[in-house]
Amino acid sequence: MSENFRLDKGGLINRDKKLSFKFNGKKYFGYEGDTLASALIANGVHLVGRSFKYHRPRGFFGAGVDEPYAIVQMNRNNEVDPNVRATEQELFEGLEAKSVNCWPNVDFDIGAINNFLGKFFPAGFYYKTFMWPKSFWYKLYEPIIRKAAGFGAASIKHDKEKYEHKYEYCDLLITGSGPSGLASAYAAAQNGAKVILAEDKSRFGGSLLTSEVTIGNQSGKEWAEKIISELKLMPNVVVKNRSQVFGYYDHNMLVMSERVSDHLPKTEKYIPKQRLWYIRAKEVIISSGSIERPIVFGNNDTPGVMLSSAAKEYLKIYGVLVGKKPLIFTNNDSGYETAIEFKKNGIDPIVLDTRRDPNSEIIKEAKDLNISIKSSYVVVAAKGYKKVNSADIAKISDDKKNISNIENIKCDCICVSGFWTPTIHLASQSGNKTKFNEKIDSFIPSQPKQKETTLGSASGIFTLEETLKTSFEKGNELSKQITNKENKVSIPTVVEKKSSNHDKFWCVPLPEGKNYKRFLDFQNDVAVSDIQLALREGYRSIEHVKRYTTLGMATDQGRTSNLNGLQLVSDIENKVVPQVGHTTFRPPYSPVSIGAIVGREIGKHSKPTRKSPMHYWHEKNNAVFVDAGVWLRPRYYKRGNENLFEASKREAKNVRQNVGVCDVTTLGKIDIKGPDSAEFLNRVYTNAWLKLPVGKARYGVMLREDGIVMDDGTTTRISENHYHMTTTTAQAANVLSHLEYYLQLVWPELNVNVVSSTEQWAGAAIAGPKSRYVLQKLFPDLNVSNEGLPFMGYMEGNLFGVNAKIYRISFSGELAYEVNVESDNGNYMWEKIMEIGKEFNIQPYGTEALSTLRIEMGHVAGSELDGRTIPYDNSLDGLVSKKKDFIGKRSLSKAAYIASDRQKVVGVIPLDKKTSIPEGSYIVKDAKAKLPNPKLGHVSASCWSVEYDNPFSLAIIKDGKNMIGQKLFALSPLKNKTIPVEIVSSHYVDPKGERVRS
Amino acid sequence: MLHIKCPHCGLRSQNEFSYGGDATIKRPELNKEVSDQDWDNFVYLRKSPRGKHLELWQHISGCRQWIKVERDTLTHEIFKTLKANEEL
Ligand SMILES: [Zn+2]
Repeated sequence: MSENFRLDKGGLINRDKKLSFKFNGKKYFGYEGDTLASALIANGVHLVGRSFKYHRPRGFFGAGVDEPYAIVQMNRNNEVDPNVRATEQELFEGLEAKSVNCWPNVDFDIGAINNFLGKFFPAGFYYKTFMWPKSFWYKLYEPIIRKAAGFGAASIKHDKEKYEHKYEYCDLLITGSGPSGLASAYAAAQNGAKVILAEDKSRFGGSLLTSEVTIGNQSGKEWAEKIISELKLMPNVVVKNRSQVFGYYDHNMLVMSERVSDHLPKTEKYIPKQRLWYIRAKEVIISSGSIERPIVFGNNDTPGVMLSSAAKEYLKIYGVLVGKKPLIFTNNDSGYETAIEFKKNGIDPIVLDTRRDPNSEIIKEAKDLNISIKSSYVVVAAKGYKKVNSADIAKISDDKKNISNIENIKCDCICVSGFWTPTIHLASQSGNKTKFNEKIDSFIPSQPKQKETTLGSASGIFTLEETLKTSFEKGNELSKQITNKENKVSIPTVVEKKSSNHDKFWCVPLPEGKNYKRFLDFQNDVAVSDIQLALREGYRSIEHVKRYTTLGMATDQGRTSNLNGLQLVSDIENKVVPQVGHTTFRPPYSPVSIGAIVGREIGKHSKPTRKSPMHYWHEKNNAVFVDAGVWLRPRYYKRGNENLFEASKREAKNVRQNVGVCDVTTLGKIDIKGPDSAEFLNRVYTNAWLKLPVGKARYGVMLREDGIVMDDGTTTRISENHYHMTTTTAQAANVLSHLEYYLQLVWPELNVNVVSSTEQWAGAAIAGPKSRYVLQKLFPDLNVSNEGLPFMGYMEGNLFGVNAKIYRISFSGELAYEVNVESDNGNYMWEKIMEIGKEFNIQPYGTEALSTLRIEMGHVAGSELDGRTIPYDNSLDGLVSKKKDFIGKRSLSKAAYIASDRQKVVGVIPLDKKTSIPEGSYIVKDAKAKLPNPKLGHVSASCWSVEYDNPFSLAIIKDGKNMIGQKLFALSPLKNKTIPVEIVSSHYVDPKGERVRS
Repeated sequence: MLHIKCPHCGLRSQNEFSYGGDATIKRPELNKEVSDQDWDNFVYLRKSPRGKHLELWQHISGCRQWIKVERDTLTHEIFKTLKANEEL
């Protein structure tokens, strides 16, 4: 297809590089430097989508971030990218995109029936209609709404693209590279400030690229190019294009999304698709410019109706005509710039100006070019369905209330200009109390809350001369305060055409007997009639009107609709706009892909992976790993075709019969030193610590102040003022913070220091009746007999040349030792243990066997110490000192904690001794009771007892101590199981604890 | 993200810190009789002021010190940061 709407010359595109692309399956050509939008328009394609609610045909309305319609689904690099603005997507060879919101296709759209049912589809339609019955939601409403509405379809595949995050600090962050951004960046850079200049588009220069101005002796565009090339060479300046600063957060933290590779067919190796910048700026200059406002008239959403500034941009940047018979509809001088541009390219536009006999330099220029101008004229309605083919125009009275002389004139596009709206989103996000400026009918930033300054047209200044002057000055002033250096640059002279005042006119009245839809919000399909209805129904607050009608709630954040919506509400309510107030702007200013927000912290990179020094030995020996917090721990070691159940049973059995070894490196370890350490431990733990001798370990439980068990573990007195504390793997970090809290804030008088030593030690637990033989061979010089190293004893030794610490402690309930060596020697220790243990049939065991061993012994662990239980619930009464005070003690006398039917940990056995009880099952009295069945408690941990060869579980149940011997039921609605059970003591194996002392 | 001036390390981003609640709460002394109500006040009851709030933060990914931060809960303005042993 030939490019019928491309001019023979002009624009900033590279005509030497022709690119082919596909839209909705059809092949087209464009040029390097095009956007998908400009290339489609060059090919005469104006129908690109369907509207959200009524499924009316949609074309292009803008030329950049302001675009509310042309949202497409991209297929790039084998990935689907929904909701991409065609006006922002740069063209590349082989680009493939398709329309969204169309079913079955853009030309024939079933949803468009909504358009004809329009009167049944008013504001609040969804609220009103789909109220009942509830079941219809799942079956009927939701599937249909989902199919008919929504934008692009997200892929359900894993996104293979790379995204990354970057943290940056700067003196000045400048958001936008138009005249104010360039001037302030240049002035600040001269003073040595560290500057980041961010431009959303691919080309720098903003309005200078399309305006007819002279700066110094250069055109605006040449000046912009010169400034940018100078800035790029300065070491203190970072210049970024394709980068949208979308969020202004607390303490001058701004977030910017850089589209690094979206304009390329493929993402290069080692380069991300997008990069998210977290920028902490000392000062922020908001130079985000302004966006043209539409004027509201009948059928103003017809493809071919677009912003006049967009039409000019397509002409000047892309050499593309948006139409060959343009109608320009304006209430200010900007429309004339577009008209002149058309005229210069051999096209005859007609200008309708709402003003009566306007006069200015630029209007004179238009007249001199013989452009046809009709003053006091308006467009009443656009005609044509899939594309504008004519317009009803009319004369408007001076009071703007009456229209007359309606006539139909042929045109193929309507370029509309309703003056300019400053882009105040970032200022508003930062907390700036914006104020309404009557002169420009818009809100502009006023008192900044954070270190932020808005310049140029974003602040309501619409002349280049004043913009440059204030921007050079502000850039100089703000940077000077930071760098204490001044290298002032002279402000260039500016030649620009003076404008006359705009007309405060924004909505064309309906002609008698006509009921045209007049749209305010083009992306969410909100028409004038919807707002009128909402107000009739009693909605008053603009925030409520917004939510009820969805005005300004689409992804374009109402960039082209907010002010006209406010004008309408204020007109109907007879209030001035500032009384109505505008809704709150929230980040992101423009949609950001989820991938960019997530960055590299995805999948296994979402948290660090910690491995013990023995990890590779485990790997080599067929360990199957399990995540334990951030650690990888062997769950079991697979032999042959064993499954988890078989392997863990074998491993646990071997511990009970011979000896096993388990990697316990992951246990939290805290080194405690200082003369008051004993006193401190005495306050932290519930039991007594003052009399623990050197060379002895003690089991302890620590509480939170509310009496709930926080953690448990053993602590060993290494020397007079030195203790070695162990914590559970999961609570290690919390316990350290807890100890630091008390030492730094509550009892700073205690002379104690704590430091994490988890990573300094590799640990191996050697457990089982034959463990002493292994230990003796590991340390032939030591007396490790029951007398020499009794239960809860501690020794230091030399393990074949490396220093080792030996603790006689047990988690498995068997005779057991934990040997610690410095991490670097961990693997060496492990291999020695395996080598020496061979003759005693040593086997490594994983966390599954470890759990089995502790469950059948009735040792409580994380699943019982679950942040909801107190020591008494866990039968740890013996560890709670009656004599001394400790953290959380006062809470233990609370009525609920000492109630006679207080919950308690018990053992549970299935009556058939066969059926395993799923963890999480409820314990109930009557399996068939009416729902909700009163629950006595839940099963916290389950195992297959290797001692008795039947299932055994622990449960926390109400009045547990009086339940022993009762026959109850375990219910698992999840697994659909009802299991008759008997409640027994939690200490199923070796209830007297003789083995650990043997 | 807040920018918090650790009195030991200087200005750092919020993600290096963890929040620790009201800094004006005093733990009842050990081994002293405490009424149920006083104990409940200490353990559970916290004010949720709109405006200035003196609160604890721990510089967990830095010096590991607990610090006091005077912050406006509405605007997030930070007026002052103090070491654990300093008072406003
Ligand atoms: Zn610090």
